[in-house]
Amino acid sequence: MTANIRLIEQFLFHEARLLDEARFEEWLALFTESAWYWVPIGPDQPDPFDSVSIIYDDRRLLETRVRRLLNPNIHAEEPRTRTSRIVGNIVLEDDAGRDGEQVVSSRFQMAEFRRDRQRIFAGGVRHGLIRTEDGFRIAWKRVDLINSDGMLEGISIPF
Amino acid sequence: MPVSIQGDDLVYPDRVHRRVYSDPELFELEMDRLFGRAWIFVGHESQVRQPGDFYCTRIGREPVVMTRHDDGTIHVLHNRCGHRGALVVGSESGRVEDAFRCCYHGWRFATDGTLLSVPQRQGYPENGVAPGDPVYGMAPVARVDDYRGFVFASLSPDGPSLVEFLGYMTTSFDDLVDRAPDGEIEVAGGIARHAYNGNWKLIFENVNDGLHPLTVHQSSIEAARDQDDSAWSDGAGEIAVRQMRQNGAPWDMWENQIGLWAYPNGHSYLGDYHDDAKLVAAQRDPSFDEYLAAMEAAKGADRTREILGVLRWNTNIYPSLSFMSQFRQIRVIRPVSVDRTEVLGFCFRLKGAPEAMFRDTIRFANVTNAVASPVLTDDLETYFRLRCGLDSAGNDWVPTSRGLGKDAEDGNGGWQAENGLSELHIRNMFRCWSAYMGEAAR
Repeated sequence: MTANIRLIEQFLFHEARLLDEARFEEWLALFTESAWYWVPIGPDQPDPFDSVSIIYDDRRLLETRVRRLLNPNIHAEEPRTRTSRIVGNIVLEDDAGRDGEQVVSSRFQMAEFRRDRQRIFAGGVRHGLIRTEDGFRIAWKRVDLINSDGMLEGISIPF
Repeated sequence: MPVSIQGDDLVYPDRVHRRVYSDPELFELEMDRLFGRAWIFVGHESQVRQPGDFYCTRIGREPVVMTRHDDGTIHVLHNRCGHRGALVVGSESGRVEDAFRCCYHGWRFATDGTLLSVPQRQGYPENGVAPGDPVYGMAPVARVDDYRGFVFASLSPDGPSLVEFLGYMTTSFDDLVDRAPDGEIEVAGGIARHAYNGNWKLIFENVNDGLHPLTVHQSSIEAARDQDDSAWSDGAGEIAVRQMRQNGAPWDMWENQIGLWAYPNGHSYLGDYHDDAKLVAAQRDPSFDEYLAAMEAAKGADRTREILGVLRWNTNIYPSLSFMSQFRQIRVIRPVSVDRTEVLGFCFRLKGAPEAMFRDTIRFANVTNAVASPVLTDDLETYFRLRCGLDSAGNDWVPTSRGLGKDAEDGNGGWQAENGLSELHIRNMFRCWSAYMGEAAR
């Protein structure tokens, strides 16, 4: 168990680092072929199907999102955003996911800087992880921002 | 002839002065003369279904609350205590069991704004503060009316009726409601909110601007075009990727197939630019057969064909609402200051339609209204750059001339533009803006 949590911790830190270093294709490669990535619009949103979301990407849309982030004509990223995130409070949940994933809860804080302005995002994250021969893969990821139902301005960089 | 506001020539038939987007004093004047008088969208009746239900929003910058009273009537009240002026209703929405109670000194109000009780009332001069005295109630907004469940209010006691104000654009509300097999729609699925740092007029101009998608949305168009459709989707990506690709519709489609119409009081609608059967009529979706059967059972085959034959993209109800009747969603536009605007997106469930259709509405709303949408974020960046660029005095004038002189009367009291790349809707909004702004306030 101790070894396991160290591995999972390292995996989450690695994921955060890929995002902070804008290595979005490598980040995408962490997800399984049928993964989904979800940022709900409110604290009590039960599913992504019957309510709007800040982000709800199935694998196909996540690929498009990442490809757009790499497109030179992405106006919302000129100038580019820089982020720095801290991941902590990592807990391996006892309940497995629907398909036997290891469910991992964590908290994060992310500072985001673009064009003379800094924002802070914070919230809880749940990952559904599966173990493969090449290490962990993300089967699903849910990010609950503490201000998910607030009046936000445009968000380009995933959490 | 230019239109002069307080002695300055700001609006010409073919151009406007940059100050209309950037001058805080003009914004103050707009709050008084335009938002202080026009019919402003407040909410949908389904947001206050039961007695005691409330929903808070603003008219211009003034806080109001829409309520359902005990007798079933809908009221729109100024959200201000009749005593010291505190906001009475502190949550955005909910249900009050008994009465609204001010947090400051405990004055209580009925859901029609009537003052019910005042603690320590004997301390006021005799007959000074009596329950029921309208002077101390939560004042009703001067005029409230609805069109097919869409509640509007006006801060001015005078002016055209709501139906007169909406004119031919009532047909876009009809389009939304008539698509429900049971003839009823309801707000559902949460509120997609975003704010942008730019003037409130910019979103109205942009949503019916057929010229912008190919450049503004270039990154998402290209990303979607290169998307492998064999990648796994549960429906979300399918709809999103289709929509992003459709934003890349070629110029000749806009020039030859897409119409743009404008009507008195600043309203307009853009013709649909999709040939995408899933988004528009869902013919390739199994749920469409079920939907069609429900529609035909309720309304007959001819009427159903007529209803589903209406193909509109955005309808703008100036200066507070933009909606997609066909796609079952609305955007409420709320000005905050000259260079800040809030937008609230709501989805509608069609009563009697398959649940799968509502899920498509949600998927579509995530593309068009989500604050992290790969599409919307480029619009928001554009609004901000407009806000910055218009600070430049290098050129005081912003042309609105595309398609000028080629607008034709449409037979419904409005005008049809040369094609979907015209700026008719912008000229039309400034015609209305000038009429409000040129007159004295309420």
